[in-house]
Amino acid sequence: MAQQLLNAIFIGSIYALFAVGYTLVFGVLDVLNLAHSAVFMLGAVITYSLVALHGVPFLPAAIVAVIVCGLLGLLIEYVALRPLRRRNAPPISALISTIGLALIFVAIVEQAKPGSFFGWLWQDGANSVRFPSNSVPNPTYHLLGLTIEGTKLIILATTLVLVLVLGSIIRFTQAGRGLRAVAENRRAATLLGIRVDRVFASTLFVSSALGGLAGLLFGLAISDISPYIGRDQVELKGLAVIVLGGMGSVPGAVIGGYLLGLIEVLAFVRFGSNIEAGVAFAALFLVLVVRPQGLFGARLRERI
Amino acid sequence: MDFFIQLFTDPVGFYNQRELLLAQIGINAILAIALFVTFYSGQLTLANAGFMAVGAYTTVLMTNYWHTPLPLNILVGALLAGAISVLVGLPVLRLRGVFLAIATIGFVEALRLGVILNVPITGEGQGLQNPTADPLGGIVPIVISLPILAYVIWRLTQTRLGQAWSAIREDELAASSNGINVPLYKMIAFVISAVIAGYAGGLETHINFFVDPTEYGIVRTIQILTFAVVGGVTNVLGPIVGAVFLTALPEIVRQFQSYRDVVNGVILILVIIFRPQGIVGRGGLALIRPRWLPARWSPRERPASAL
Repeated sequence: MAQQLLNAIFIGSIYALFAVGYTLVFGVLDVLNLAHSAVFMLGAVITYSLVALHGVPFLPAAIVAVIVCGLLGLLIEYVALRPLRRRNAPPISALISTIGLALIFVAIVEQAKPGSFFGWLWQDGANSVRFPSNSVPNPTYHLLGLTIEGTKLIILATTLVLVLVLGSIIRFTQAGRGLRAVAENRRAATLLGIRVDRVFASTLFVSSALGGLAGLLFGLAISDISPYIGRDQVELKGLAVIVLGGMGSVPGAVIGGYLLGLIEVLAFVRFGSNIEAGVAFAALFLVLVVRPQGLFGARLRERI
Repeated sequence: MDFFIQLFTDPVGFYNQRELLLAQIGINAILAIALFVTFYSGQLTLANAGFMAVGAYTTVLMTNYWHTPLPLNILVGALLAGAISVLVGLPVLRLRGVFLAIATIGFVEALRLGVILNVPITGEGQGLQNPTADPLGGIVPIVISLPILAYVIWRLTQTRLGQAWSAIREDELAASSNGINVPLYKMIAFVISAVIAGYAGGLETHINFFVDPTEYGIVRTIQILTFAVVGGVTNVLGPIVGAVFLTALPEIVRQFQSYRDVVNGVILILVIIFRPQGIVGRGGLALIRPRWLPARWSPRERPASAL
């Protein structure tokens, strides 16, 4: 049981890291960025391709992947979101255009084979791969009868540090104040001289970098990297997390991530693996019906 | 281009070679109509894949266990989907916009992962064999019901019911202050949509020998949404055109086949940015108008506000 709880913490960390980026974009731009899960997948895929295909050591590869994912966030902003904002389109249109980008990202990886146009990025088509075993040091510790893998410790530490850093940036710095102002009222923020477009672009950059990082940590811990990890593993669970925590709330997303990890593990222990997958969505459904502002969210703002 | 050459020079051969494609187009068009109904009433509900699953499983289970005639099974499947939609709709339809979309996705996945994969009678993750399927005969009811459904829904949008939906879509508050029972009309749209989706699910089982639970998840949902959005949701022709266009596209341009999702994604983005009202929509079939060209006859294009 204690071992299971430990697993809940690790998987919860990845959910939290993923959901923070998700919820940040929703809170600031009022847009549900459904390409976030594709960026998550690309974080893992890019790291894998650098490590396994190009022989780069893990750490630099991870850093490059996170930066590339951040740049993909800018791509999302410039291609899928900014043109719509210029036209004052309702947020639902942005939802659909980000679905378009997600389709493209996934299909590119899924169709990549040796010798094809994207063969330098990915060679395994729709198959699932794992990091070569010697590329990542993974010491295992035994503590109080529990088995703790080094990679999972890294995940936990990374998540906690990043969430704290992000939280204090949002709370205490000038940029964070700008961010909160834009989230609160876009027009007023413009009038006060905040460059709203720049805030949006940096939000997307940070959000996608976090998403990519979550992806590569997922690939590291679960040893499962495929074009579908974003779509199948975290896209909808991420939604469940940010709904649990209250949409747009960063601390809510963190708590929601760990909560979902815990719920899943408990369901797994109690009912077995078949139920586990459905639990997230049952929780999502229930929370939306009973308490749409989320467990920790403030008032529900009406959005369409 | 062979596609069009054959279509005009050898229609019989064309039909024989592509019956399954036609059936798939028909099913997708019916599903797009189902999504259109809720869109028309101003709601972005993404639950249709779930109702489709209800229709499909009911139909096949009744056929396999009770050996009842197929039309009855499809009918029961569609009605059951409608009944479930009432139960789902009661709590969920209070939500709006993105929240409604998320809740309905939650329903679809909870149904698929929580129920279908766990109840022994649905074959759990293994899916269901459907030995009585008739891929070639199954096309006939699809091809017949598509125009009928399209006509019925088109008529429906002209009635008081349709006007109420329009009113709700344009401004819910104004609609309700004009005496329109908003929750009721939203529920009607939701149930009609679910019945159509369940019907499509039942029809589809008749062209496949196998019911695959992975068919009824988020991927399908997004596909249906794509059809409706690309086609346009201002009138019922839009989703049909979208479904026909996007389902047939990989067939028309063979080179695209493996990259069909890339093409779909690009089309989706281009449409939503440059032609938010869809291929069919206000402004007629006009293509993208360059910015420097004066809009002569298009009176201030306005996308449907639900979109």
